[in-house]
Amino acid sequence: MYSDKVMEHFNSPRNMGEIENPDGVGTVGNAKCGDIMRIYLEVEDDIIVDVKFKTFGCGAAVATSSMATELIKGKTIDEALELTNKAVVEALDGLPPAKIHCSVLAEEAIKAAIEDYKNKRKDAE
Amino acid sequence: MIYLDNSATTPVKKEVMDEMIPYFTEIYGNPSSLYKLSRDTKRNLEDARERVAKLLGAEKDEIYFTASGTESDNWAIKQLARANKKKGNHIITTKIEHHAILHACEEMEKEGFEVTYLEVDSEGKISLDDLIKSIKDETILITIMYANNEIGSIMPIPEIGKIAREKGITFHTDAVQAVGKLNIDVKKENIDMLSLSGHKFNGPRGIGVLYIRKGIKINSFMHGGGQERGKRAGTENVPGIMGLAKAFEISMENREEKNKKSVELRDYLIERVLNEIPYSILNGHRTDRLPNNANFCFRFIEGESLLLALDNFGICASSGSACTSGSLDPSHVLLAIGLPHEIAHGSLRLSLSDETTKEEIDFTIEKLKSVVERLRNMSPLWEDFVRNGGKDNV
Repeated sequence: MYSDKVMEHFNSPRNMGEIENPDGVGTVGNAKCGDIMRIYLEVEDDIIVDVKFKTFGCGAAVATSSMATELIKGKTIDEALELTNKAVVEALDGLPPAKIHCSVLAEEAIKAAIEDYKNKRKDAE
Repeated sequence: MIYLDNSATTPVKKEVMDEMIPYFTEIYGNPSSLYKLSRDTKRNLEDARERVAKLLGAEKDEIYFTASGTESDNWAIKQLARANKKKGNHIITTKIEHHAILHACEEMEKEGFEVTYLEVDSEGKISLDDLIKSIKDETILITIMYANNEIGSIMPIPEIGKIAREKGITFHTDAVQAVGKLNIDVKKENIDMLSLSGHKFNGPRGIGVLYIRKGIKINSFMHGGGQERGKRAGTENVPGIMGLAKAFEISMENREEKNKKSVELRDYLIERVLNEIPYSILNGHRTDRLPNNANFCFRFIEGESLLLALDNFGICASSGSACTSGSLDPSHVLLAIGLPHEIAHGSLRLSLSDETTKEEIDFTIEKLKSVVERLRNMSPLWEDFVRNGGKDNV
């Protein structure tokens, strides 16, 4: 059973889509396990000015992606790196035990996108 | 609401409820007691047994009432195996059985039995050659489902029955999905044991049957009183039994006519989905399947989110995706018919009833089209596929 918040995010996901020429992009998970998350970042002066996601997965996977993007939008890179899966679960009023891994995936997707952003910046320097 | 999950359970019919109610409140005597109230209960119980036997082509004394299809399956496998241990320790089944069969077989492996799990082809059928080759001197039981609960494929039961009978091996079939939809004759089809469940054909839950052919050596499963001729202890669920018998009779009335209508509607659904939703796949055989079953995979999307989205439109359906049951593996049935994991995750089972209308199917297809499109727009797999010009990454 999902919380109302999970269902609300599943039905009207925030920040769903792509960013053209993103400053960072991260994809985690695999189709074999049934979830893949991709996060796109647009960063200006170390602040995440825009973030979008694409997710293949269950209701919880979609809701955690949506919530995670909402939690990091407008934050600095360092603040975004501090986002934990626990914070995502709490913001969604909880997840069934079997779905906790979705929130871990959301955290990992954001870290992967930030990693990509940092690598790109290093290459540019 | 549109209920397209009739393979999961069905509503109890009004006539069935009416049949059951007196046995809760008026004819409530324990069938084992002596007085008239109980004799009435007992007489009606035995009458129900006779009616069920008749519908299966069995003898009255070959029908045992249980609490569920799962109990019937567990009883058949475990107690047949244990009773015939001296004769042999080998059981043959298939990879696409219901978990009531698969997990009972796994339990018997722990007790030292050897189990062969037959492969199925892409349409969910076993090969009779494989079956024959897997038979050994030690084989004591063949248990193969009548029709699959997910993809609706129907097994070659009379042929299996003939092989088993010739070799002197007991043949059990889990017919939970087939009973009430297909004409079954246990004698003609050489079936030695058969499991069925009341709530799959508009009967109540908590009542099942195990048919055991006379002469089959099997231990009792429930120990206690002498009910069910000493084979299955426990005070009989008389309202449930009366309801099951009534529901079974109703479901078999004009069965051919009802199936004809159901098949037409099912084929209409299958055709439209395959034609109108790109990258959709039908699982199971195109025509040789349960009259009320359609099972699809929609590539690039996952089954649970599909179900949640359909539920928003009041459409009740199931997914083969085990995500719904808390496990992360996709359906063992879809993997066994050869689908890769990522495709098997995106399955949808629509199971019709005799009352399902064309309008309901049309509404479902329209909503399905928009939901699949919405979820694909959300899917990174779809994004990659489109970017690749509609080619798969290899």
